[in-house]
Amino acid sequence: MGSIHLAKVTKSFGELTVIPSLDLVVEDGEFVVFVGPSGCGKSTLLRLIAGLEDVSSGQILIDGADVTRNAPAQRGLAMVFQSYALYPHMSVYKNIAFPLRMAGIDRTVIDAKVRGAAKALNLTDYLDRRPGQLSGGQRQRVAIGRAIVREPEAFLFDEPLSNLDAALRVAMRLEISELHHQLKTTMIYVTHDQVEAMTMADKIVVLNRGRIEQVGSPLDLYRKPRNRFVAGFIGSPKMNLIDGAEAARHGAAAIGVRPEHLALSLDGGVWKGTVRVSEHLGSDTFLHVDVEGVGVLTVRAGGEFPVHYGDHVWLTPAPDKLHRFNEHGEAL
Amino acid sequence: MARAVTTRRKALLTVIGWTVGFLVFFPILWTVLTSFKTEGEAIANPPSFLAFDWTTENYTEVQHRSDYFLHMMNSVVISFGSTALGLLFAVPAAWAMAFAPGKRTKDILMWMLSTKMMPAVGVLVPLYILFRDSGLLDTRVGLVGVLTLIDLPLIVWMLYTYFREIPGEILEAARMDGASLGKEIVFVLAPMAVPGIASTTLLNIILSWNEAFWTLNLTTSNAAPLTAFIASYSSPEGLFWAKLSAASTLAIAPILVLGWFSQRQLVRGLTFGAVK
Repeated sequence: MGSIHLAKVTKSFGELTVIPSLDLVVEDGEFVVFVGPSGCGKSTLLRLIAGLEDVSSGQILIDGADVTRNAPAQRGLAMVFQSYALYPHMSVYKNIAFPLRMAGIDRTVIDAKVRGAAKALNLTDYLDRRPGQLSGGQRQRVAIGRAIVREPEAFLFDEPLSNLDAALRVAMRLEISELHHQLKTTMIYVTHDQVEAMTMADKIVVLNRGRIEQVGSPLDLYRKPRNRFVAGFIGSPKMNLIDGAEAARHGAAAIGVRPEHLALSLDGGVWKGTVRVSEHLGSDTFLHVDVEGVGVLTVRAGGEFPVHYGDHVWLTPAPDKLHRFNEHGEAL
Repeated sequence: MARAVTTRRKALLTVIGWTVGFLVFFPILWTVLTSFKTEGEAIANPPSFLAFDWTTENYTEVQHRSDYFLHMMNSVVISFGSTALGLLFAVPAAWAMAFAPGKRTKDILMWMLSTKMMPAVGVLVPLYILFRDSGLLDTRVGLVGVLTLIDLPLIVWMLYTYFREIPGEILEAARMDGASLGKEIVFVLAPMAVPGIASTTLLNIILSWNEAFWTLNLTTSNAAPLTAFIASYSSPEGLFWAKLSAASTLAIAPILVLGWFSQRQLVRGLTFGAVK
């Protein structure tokens, strides 16, 4: 069991309030991703759950038990850090064994658990090496191994993939998702990368300036963003947001339309524009089109679309995929 | 032709390096040579470099006139004692400043350093009176106390600089892994900080060993370390260069050996923070 409940949690550093009152429930076995721009308080929130920072007020409950004043180790949580935070003077074996040694577990049990985790993470050949002799991906796996052997109530990941190169990041993303399916343990994962959030999460928590903007499944957030912030943050490339007369025509202060919901034509449509930049990826073509009175819109065309700088194109938004926002940025 | 220039520059730098090294070393070499001369040869003009009658009579004389081993033991007790006591205070202080800094941490560090800017003689009289009244004059305990306080700012600064290089996340990981503060220090911080603590210790032992102002002013005979032993050969009856040199050689020999074997640690200690 590993449900986590935050009740009216706040955090201030001196005068500065990083997290105003916040409530959140993470169900047992869920994969929850905290996502938001840098400085939005997502890492602070994770550290509050871990116990590495003290809450200024409010309660943190794990499986219904109040752990607000408990030390990190007493919360039954394991954390994987962005910098891996391996012990550089210990071998891979000793790194993975460390939490078990601290818990005073029998040596033979430790040995079996460490070797089991190493096998699962393809680290068996590296058990005698020091962290400095490993690649970034291997180090990250050691950090995960160190977390797994504790059999925690929940795993906390603090931007674990941001130090890896792009290809490795995709591979590790899959490994972590697979791990979640195997272990079925609660996982809280912090990232600023909305693609990671969309691909891994059961539930996404979008944070902005310490406040929760929206909580929901990846597709909920994609289909029904509650406000402009979520609309702009979730989805890649970003949603086109249009203010002014064009928005007023739809009875809103602003309208939003995703690049994949704009139909592209050379013959006719709603908006006429000039191609500024065209990005040909083979599988997709992304066009940045300057539409007079509307602004520069990003358009996604499936497959190859043979237009270039200066060409004129017509864009038509799918009417049922149009998002409307009021003057406060809230969805209508 | 870039390569040729580089080689020539390298050769030039090597020559400069050796010259400076020799200049720095020369007084020590001269002291050692003089210690093997007779008093007459020691003050001869022009001086002889190697062609003189080598004699060890100065060493016999020095050992005969004063108890070298008493002074050496005093030096050992004072330098090792003050360093150990200093570390006992400095490790927790540097730990707190590096990993749990407050608003005033930087100010405290600067204030500690500022005490080193005051000339020692400025507090000689009050400290002398304090020592006299509390019966600490010419005691090892008194000197250990004074040298600990004198060196503490430097030890704290060095350890602070070193601890700052250790990523806080590693200590947090240890905390998550169930390590108590004690275990965190023993199993994680200490092994990672060993090079820093070792070089701080070595440097401080050398500084305390060579400290002459307080050791000369607060001792007479019982607690007098080797610095006082050397100074005793500069007597009102005149300077006995050869014996003074023999005494100096005897005084610096132990610390020279220690320094020689620990030079790698020392260089690392003095440059940490500067190079990653």
